[in-house]
Amino acid sequence: MSAPPTNASPKRRAPTKRLMAPSVLFLLVWMIVPLAMTLYYSLQDYNLMMPDMRGFAGGLSYELLFTDPVFWDALLNTLLLVVTCLLITVVAGLALALLFNRTFVGRGIARTLAISPFFVMPVVTGLIWKYMLLDPVYGLFSWVMRSMGFEPIEWLSSYPLLSVVMMISWEWTPFALLILLTGLQSLPEDQLEAVRLDGANRWQEFRHIVLPHLGQVLYVVVMLESIFFLTSFAEIYATTSGGPGTATTNLPYYIYLGAFFQYDIGLSSAAAIGAVVLANICAIFLIRFVAGNLNAGSQR
Amino acid sequence: MAIVELKNVAKRYDSMPGRKGNEHANAVEDFNLITRDGEFVVLVGPSGCGKSTTMRMIAGLEHNTAGEIRINGQDVSAVEPRDRDIAMVFQSYALYPHMSVYHNMAFALELKKTPKDEVKKRVQEAAKILDIEYLLDRKPRALSGGQRQRVALGRALVRQPQVFLMDEPLSNLDARLRVEMRAEITRLHRRLGVTTFYVTHDQTEAMTMGQRIVVMRDGRIQQIDTPYNLYERPVNRFVAGFIGTPSMNFLKADYQGGTLKGKGFSCTLNPHQQSALGDSAQCSQCWLGIRPEHLHQTEASTGGGRLEGAVEVIEPLGPVTMAQVRVGETLVTAQLAAHLEVQIGDTLTLAFDPDQIHLFDIESDRTLGLETDPASSVQATA
Repeated sequence: MSAPPTNASPKRRAPTKRLMAPSVLFLLVWMIVPLAMTLYYSLQDYNLMMPDMRGFAGGLSYELLFTDPVFWDALLNTLLLVVTCLLITVVAGLALALLFNRTFVGRGIARTLAISPFFVMPVVTGLIWKYMLLDPVYGLFSWVMRSMGFEPIEWLSSYPLLSVVMMISWEWTPFALLILLTGLQSLPEDQLEAVRLDGANRWQEFRHIVLPHLGQVLYVVVMLESIFFLTSFAEIYATTSGGPGTATTNLPYYIYLGAFFQYDIGLSSAAAIGAVVLANICAIFLIRFVAGNLNAGSQR
Repeated sequence: MAIVELKNVAKRYDSMPGRKGNEHANAVEDFNLITRDGEFVVLVGPSGCGKSTTMRMIAGLEHNTAGEIRINGQDVSAVEPRDRDIAMVFQSYALYPHMSVYHNMAFALELKKTPKDEVKKRVQEAAKILDIEYLLDRKPRALSGGQRQRVALGRALVRQPQVFLMDEPLSNLDARLRVEMRAEITRLHRRLGVTTFYVTHDQTEAMTMGQRIVVMRDGRIQQIDTPYNLYERPVNRFVAGFIGTPSMNFLKADYQGGTLKGKGFSCTLNPHQQSALGDSAQCSQCWLGIRPEHLHQTEASTGGGRLEGAVEVIEPLGPVTMAQVRVGETLVTAQLAAHLEVQIGDTLTLAFDPDQIHLFDIESDRTLGLETDPASSVQATA
């Protein structure tokens, strides 16, 4: 929000604050209160098995957290998950968007089919992949492997994190596709024609015109997807339950384990604060990127 | 510099949007034209007449479904746009929004891996010609419409192409800037001498800029000629009405015994006009065309042509005044003296010289008694 011009009278300025108050209040209740409560609990010694033995613990939960090797595994898993899923969904989404931007027979149906994974609930996605695709006995993948004469792979136990990455990417590629496709469709045709007359081949056309045009859309996709990937939970819960060992335990799942298996509210609150910090680090970088791009775009 | 040849070129769309059946399915039909080296050719016509399609076929952005397009004798029908050595200025300018003006202009050369010094030299040169040197570091979004127009021209100029194509490049500018750029483009063409195709729907632009003008309608060439000949010797009623502002007036006339008559007007024809209309004994009909600038206010009942009617609209333009007069059913526009002492509703008598009228066939709209002048006019082969 920019300050109103100096010649505006105080009277003119007064109602803004009052008018903004409800939304500020809403944000406060919606965001700050849970955050403050989490922060408060993270400083408490509070285990649900012993609810009476509650008291101030200071930084003890954080100390336990940072010395817990599972936490560091979870942190690494979270980052791996976010980065690989982002790479896969954006690249595959862009490729599909370029494909669907061309006209061909049955494009409408193909487009609807391509987008449909996005409408499947995460838990259902997990179950579909676990039982219908990845199952070493009944799964489609193992059937394909067997029919080609190979030993079927036990995906969930041999490549657990990769399996989760596949599920999440399958679910979110349509999202990238959808947004990038709208981006492509807003590209003025005459720019492509101009660049063709200027002597560009297909690749140069893509590199110098299409990609810069998609710039801000790409950043929006990356930002939204990182928010969701940072919090992925249902796919893991429904398939590997964070295992084997800690192979697919990410931060949300780690917090869940802490709160509902160890009943340690203090520790899981501290982990939640850790997740908030991580999310904020990501957000700072991304929002800077996006803001720069949105500003550049608005001046077009 | 190049000679561009279009031979029986046609464009047919399989499904024309908004049109059903085979009617008008041809966007361009039977287009024949051979340019001279370094000629400035204007394609003009109402919207949807196929002028832009023709230009896009020359550029290679559309494929011609029939005929041949040759540039310097080489058939380019199968040549990709990027290999045709053609530069085009788009109506929307189509500047690359994320590149600076310098890069917009240098881009084509950079793609061709031209040495950096050479690129810089050519961009500077073009910028100097167009007076946009001070804009080189800016992005297109920071430019005004007129400046963008210049950059678009500059981008084409830098390439030093064989052929320039300009697709209504001035239609997004305000009236004043348009007149300015019109002269500038003409000057530029004279300086560079590159064969240029220029598409416009504005007949004033066509008349002022074109060395030769192609008048099109419904995908067909109506007439290809110099501006002067189009004005003086239009081949049909469409061209006559399209060229000249305000448009030529058309009156449905009965012809008998050497005179044309109608409600509110009459005109004694000259002998050669009479012979064009054929048998004078028989009563026949034709269109009488008379340009607003050839009507004069008169009192005396001299010979020649005269028409009479009530004044409905008076438009003072400064140097002249336009008056619209109701003659029979038709509203006739006349260009009269600046100080017109006439009120709306007055009856006005106007005289005209029979030598300055045009006669058109009532059915085919073709010009009657047009003496063909092989030296100056290249007629479209029908």
